[in-house]
Amino acid sequence: MPARPAQPAIAALRAQIAALEGESSRNRAFLPFDVPELDARLPGGGLALGCLHEVAGGGSGAVDGAAASCFAAGIAARLPGQVLWCVTQADLFAPGLEQAGLGPDRVIVVEAGDDVSVLACMEEGLRHGGLAVVVAEVARLSMTVSRRLHLAAKESGTTGIALRRWRREQDAFDFGQPTAAMTRWRISVLPSASLPVPGISRARWLVELIRARAGESVDIELEACDGTGHLRLPADVADRSAAAAGGRRSAVS
Amino acid sequence: MTAACSAALQLGLSIGMPVSKAQAMVPGLQVLQADPSADAASLERLALWVLQRISPVVAVDAPDGLVIDSTGADHLHGGEEAMLEALIGRLTMSGVTARAAISDSWGAAHALARHVAEPIHVQEAGTLEDCLAPLPLSALRLPPATLSGLHGLGFRRIGDLLHQPRAPLTRRFGPELCRRLDQALCRTSEPIEPLRPAEVVEVRRSFAEPIAAAETIARYIGKLTARLCEELEERGVGARRLDLLAWRVDAQIQTLRVGLARPQRDPKRLTRLLCEKIETISPGFGIEILSLTAVMTEPLEARQTASSLLEEPVADISGLVDVLANRVGARAVYRFAPVASDVPERAVARIAPLSEPVGFGWPDHWPRPTRLLPRPEPIETMALLPDQPPVWISWRGIRRRVRRADGPERVFGEWWKRDAETVSVRDYFCVEDDGGERFWVFRAGDGENSQTGSHRWFLHGIFG
Repeated sequence: MPARPAQPAIAALRAQIAALEGESSRNRAFLPFDVPELDARLPGGGLALGCLHEVAGGGSGAVDGAAASCFAAGIAARLPGQVLWCVTQADLFAPGLEQAGLGPDRVIVVEAGDDVSVLACMEEGLRHGGLAVVVAEVARLSMTVSRRLHLAAKESGTTGIALRRWRREQDAFDFGQPTAAMTRWRISVLPSASLPVPGISRARWLVELIRARAGESVDIELEACDGTGHLRLPADVADRSAAAAGGRRSAVS
Repeated sequence: MTAACSAALQLGLSIGMPVSKAQAMVPGLQVLQADPSADAASLERLALWVLQRISPVVAVDAPDGLVIDSTGADHLHGGEEAMLEALIGRLTMSGVTARAAISDSWGAAHALARHVAEPIHVQEAGTLEDCLAPLPLSALRLPPATLSGLHGLGFRRIGDLLHQPRAPLTRRFGPELCRRLDQALCRTSEPIEPLRPAEVVEVRRSFAEPIAAAETIARYIGKLTARLCEELEERGVGARRLDLLAWRVDAQIQTLRVGLARPQRDPKRLTRLLCEKIETISPGFGIEILSLTAVMTEPLEARQTASSLLEEPVADISGLVDVLANRVGARAVYRFAPVASDVPERAVARIAPLSEPVGFGWPDHWPRPTRLLPRPEPIETMALLPDQPPVWISWRGIRRRVRRADGPERVFGEWWKRDAETVSVRDYFCVEDDGGERFWVFRAGDGENSQTGSHRWFLHGIFG
């Protein structure tokens, strides 16, 4: 049963929960993805700023985190200000980030020895308040730590992105553990559309919103970040989803 | 003659020879007046230079040496050997010939630097006696009268003295001989009184009762920082590097060094940076004196934060950078900057996080991966020569069929860097497998001429 039509009782309960959590949505800003199909299903119409979010890659992306870092870079690129990127392995390639819209002048990289110090650096960055986004590449993220990070982000208004990246693909089951993050995303790569000529078209992702506080989960097929960090609905999917959505609506009613 | 260059020594001149004799032996000899006070002054300047760059505890070892307590400082320079190499390299570049040795004690390091180092020597732990035994007695810093007396008795090497009964030696030569021997062997302590030149801002505090608790140390650090900042303000400078020295009751010095990305004199911020590192101080039986020094300072003027009402004030993140740099090391906090090079691993330089914005990026004619492997990994492929992308690749034991591919993008070697790169070529392809994963692979060589590379395939990056 879709909860689309505004039910006053549920709305009141939500407001009460938000008040209990100390998160009044009135002064919270949201960053829309500029993809109406995705934004419409996100609470607040976009990615909540000043919160902790989690992003991981699917399949072998759980190890290399390439698509996930591109997704995070796209979010950071659309926010003004400096970005702190905390890593343990120095395999980030700046020209690739620039092609997702995040120029080299905006990224400060911190290379910390282990997960614990990466998280400490992330918390430091979130508490400072002068940054736009803090991205941290970590494998383990416990409930306690994520709660601290989320509170730090809420206090300063800086958005935190925990980019989950594991040593082995099997360790990715850790992504099922609960954390205090506002949303949890999984970015998996999909085969791209074929071109009439030899070559490669824009990369295509399956963007899964696995968990969102006070929201529903979403999975949607999108084209990867362009030079300004924007995602796009692929043309063929745009047609298909309209047809599919129409079909479902008729099935429900 | 008090000193001579190596060319003069090769001509048969020796130190201690009368100048007239030397002039008779080598006609046209260039003789300069010895100026011990200028030598001492320039040695002190050198000591200050080392103090600012290497370690907080540096002293002059007159007449021709420096002594550095590198405890806790070597790991910042990549280990003991790397630190010495860097130090000697930088001294050589500025025209100073020097030799350096690291050892357990001042005495032993003094001896090893002068008699063993070529130009560096690191004594391995536990080999102190074996290292010192073959050295001549002059390495022990003894007065000339004692030396000649020992020579008269037939002692030549330090090893000859090590197992002699002490009493007769002390009776004949006084306590100095055994004291020097014990100092070299690390049996008695020899504190280093750190150099503090007049222009360096220093504040210190002595305690009637030794302090040891972390909270107490933190409180006094706060007081010292406030005083230091007042003095810095009087001079109109900000600190770039701070040293906290803690003299313990047992005459050991514990040091703590903090670097700053921009000159600062905000007591709160400096206190916080210092207090984060308190756990690295081991107070032992208690600390008697705390001294805080701004070893490196730079002019600091008051600045306007925003120049007009319309302008957005730029967030100052130097405080954050300082905290992070002091936590993980100054080299581990950086920004990327473009370098004009087509070779991917050379296209990115690391610059200081607070440098001026570069303003431009990399050319984006071709897609670039978000992850670049630290070293290209060899892969198995099947591909048509000379310019077809692979049909399949096998990386880390997984075989992937290539669905789509783009390329080649030819990257030529940089002949001005290495001779081997004069003809070498890489052909980069972007390949996508059945599952949609994209990799950046290249073939070493142009596919026709075997001189241009081995024609083996490598995987270099992963696209997002």
